[in-house]
Amino acid sequence: MIEALEILFTASFWVAAIRIASPLIFATMGELICERAGVLNLGIEGIMVAGAFTGWFTVYAGGDLWTGIAVAAATGAAFGLLHGTLTVPLGLSQHVVGIGITLLATSLTYFTYRLALPEVTSPPKIDSFQPLEIPLLSDIPLVGPALFAQTPFTYLAFATVAVVGWVLYRTPLGLAVRAVGENPAAVEAQGIGVTATRIGAVMAGSALMAVGGAFLTMSAFNSFFFEMVNGRGWICIALVVFGSWRPGKALLGAVLFAAFDAYQVRLQQVTGGVIPYQLFLMLPYVLSILALILVARRATYPKALMIPYQKGER
Amino acid sequence: MTVATGIPMTATPVLHLHNITKRFGPLVANDAISLELRRGEVVALLGENGAGKTTLMNILFGHYVADEGTVEAFGKALPPGDPRAALEAGVGMVHQHFTLADNMTVLENIALGTQSSWSPRFDRATALARIRTLAADFGLAVEPDQTVANLTVGERQRVEILKALYRDARVLILDEPTAVLTPIETEALFATLKKLVASGLSVIFISHKLNEVLAISDRVLVLRAGRLSGERETKGTTRQELAALMIGQEIAPPAIAETAPGPILLECEAVCAPPASGPVGLDGVSLTLRGGEIVGLAGVSGNGQTTLAALLSGIHRPRSGRFRIAGEAVEAWSPAIALQAGVARIPEDRHAVGTIGDMSVTENVIAERYRSPRFSRHGFLDWAAARGFAEELIRDYDVKCPSPEARVRLLSGGNMQKLILGRALDPDPKIILANQPTRGLDVGAIAYVHRRLLEARARGAAVLLISEDLDEILTLSDHVCVMFKGRLSPPSARGERSVRDLAELMAGHGMEAA
Repeated sequence: MIEALEILFTASFWVAAIRIASPLIFATMGELICERAGVLNLGIEGIMVAGAFTGWFTVYAGGDLWTGIAVAAATGAAFGLLHGTLTVPLGLSQHVVGIGITLLATSLTYFTYRLALPEVTSPPKIDSFQPLEIPLLSDIPLVGPALFAQTPFTYLAFATVAVVGWVLYRTPLGLAVRAVGENPAAVEAQGIGVTATRIGAVMAGSALMAVGGAFLTMSAFNSFFFEMVNGRGWICIALVVFGSWRPGKALLGAVLFAAFDAYQVRLQQVTGGVIPYQLFLMLPYVLSILALILVARRATYPKALMIPYQKGER
Repeated sequence: MTVATGIPMTATPVLHLHNITKRFGPLVANDAISLELRRGEVVALLGENGAGKTTLMNILFGHYVADEGTVEAFGKALPPGDPRAALEAGVGMVHQHFTLADNMTVLENIALGTQSSWSPRFDRATALARIRTLAADFGLAVEPDQTVANLTVGERQRVEILKALYRDARVLILDEPTAVLTPIETEALFATLKKLVASGLSVIFISHKLNEVLAISDRVLVLRAGRLSGERETKGTTRQELAALMIGQEIAPPAIAETAPGPILLECEAVCAPPASGPVGLDGVSLTLRGGEIVGLAGVSGNGQTTLAALLSGIHRPRSGRFRIAGEAVEAWSPAIALQAGVARIPEDRHAVGTIGDMSVTENVIAERYRSPRFSRHGFLDWAAARGFAEELIRDYDVKCPSPEARVRLLSGGNMQKLILGRALDPDPKIILANQPTRGLDVGAIAYVHRRLLEARARGAAVLLISEDLDEILTLSDHVCVMFKGRLSPPSARGERSVRDLAELMAGHGMEAA
């Protein structure tokens, strides 16, 4: 029992928690932006797969790590443009389009991978991001290694939350994005284009999702393999609800989920063969559902979420 | 230069609509309409629902594109279909259905779209100061940091007006601004409009209410079925003349036949109930409805009328007190039981509660009775009977709709209400709950609803009429009660209390003694 609690006071546990949280943070911010603009983006899972591949492949083909991130973002934005075009001006069902994008992006990625690397048997490796210890700060017990001895890619995740929060709440652009998710007619009446605002938000959000995927191949691991996103996208959709559509709370949710995940891995080692390991695998999801029930009931969701806007329609 | 009616052009026009024509399929919503607005005047655009008023203003504001005609603001042509151009030219519009984002603050709603989208920071302080100044100048009290969802309807309208003023609107278009306001809020709005006009703004006031048009406007343009049917200086016209221009004929006030009071059909005694929705429930309400009588319930909305209506509809239950129908104490109580007991309901909100917008006329008219043997057999719906019933109601109640298969959403408010009226009155109900039965309807439809309610009264039904329109209450009711904070005043017979007395009661004066 004592051992189970001691896990919480080891630096390695917190380092792992923050590392696991990083891709979730990017993708959650992306989904949050889309939903704040009134578009549910279920393409998230597939877009993460696509980003994981294009980012990694750019580096594998000789590109710089940062170029890899940029290529992943561009891939996401392209899928976002497709999603936005289908759901915003054409007003198609956001559920159907989202699932479709996930299937398309995933299959297209696997197909491209096979085309590009027909001969390989084991996934090739790249020189991924390495931890960058920040002097002094990284020497603080527990917090130091967890927050200040991560890769630059993780630092970028936290910076993204700050930027998303700033843009949404402190800039005229963010005001327009939030308003278009609440009442598009109000935005139109104030002379701002609803279609452009929504598509722009979906593209920006999808770019972040793809960057989240790229974290897996370029920082958490150093190669691309199938099924590596493994449902993380769906978790991010729940995290947006958990965070009541607010960047700060969503960040907290992502770290909390990641901590559960890191904890269950370590708990398996402590309790050994006594309890079946599947039970531990389940743990983060069960806890997430409980947290959702507690937190999300009072959440005020964007009023125009999933409602297409057709100009001039009565 | 003079316009057709011979009114001389004394000032330069700030706005000029020239020969606007707009068609929706076979329907000509606007037929070669021209309009001029001068600086510092209030022009009323009067017409029944569907006369084309809102369409015309949506063209002016760029929501729709006209098929023919041009719009000029301050001497410059406005590009069609571009709300931004209209805003920049100084045209502001307050829509009938507000365009506010509920979960955002007043300030955010007003400043939306006024700062460059690419600026790195939203300048809140400047916006706040400007809103405060405008609010003070024009008597538009509203708290900038409040969330819109928490505001009353009157406050939301002030936010809409501030939105226009914030963008330096020189022309303000108000689409049916009083439809949702209480009499007191309407007075405050008129005071604001007078201040605006005094400061040099021009106002287009869209309405179908003659009293208000006469009270606020300098000039009246009357639309009928998409055409301009007349233009008058307000000073030189009368209510009758405008009504005739608006509907093409005079409407006589309804004749009230003498009836002998019938048996007591519904009785509440000291009924208390928790609020059905909103903050106010019922606090010791005593009410008697007799056959052959209309009891009018006056009061500012939100004083417990909703709870009382929910109680009579069977949606809500009393906590204490006696509640009898046709002399028998009510034990079990639900909407189905209420219907069986002969209570017909005309709900307050015909869109949200009265009908299911995306279902057909046929489906809507059998919604209350689909289980009766007339419309179903062995658990299967008899669509032929249902359709026959729908056709019958469409004919008897003069509902204008393409077919019984049409979705109810596509019907105008007046036709929707006629359909609800037909559904409620067809089974010859003993008790009729008419909650705001004419809200938002035009003169013709209102007269129709009144006639039908009076017919039901003559047939011996007991009617409870809940309305915010005092004229309506006084015209139709045999007895009038006033509701205030969940309490009900004792009834007064026709002509016993003056409008002033009722207004005092509505404001809560003298209710302590009641």
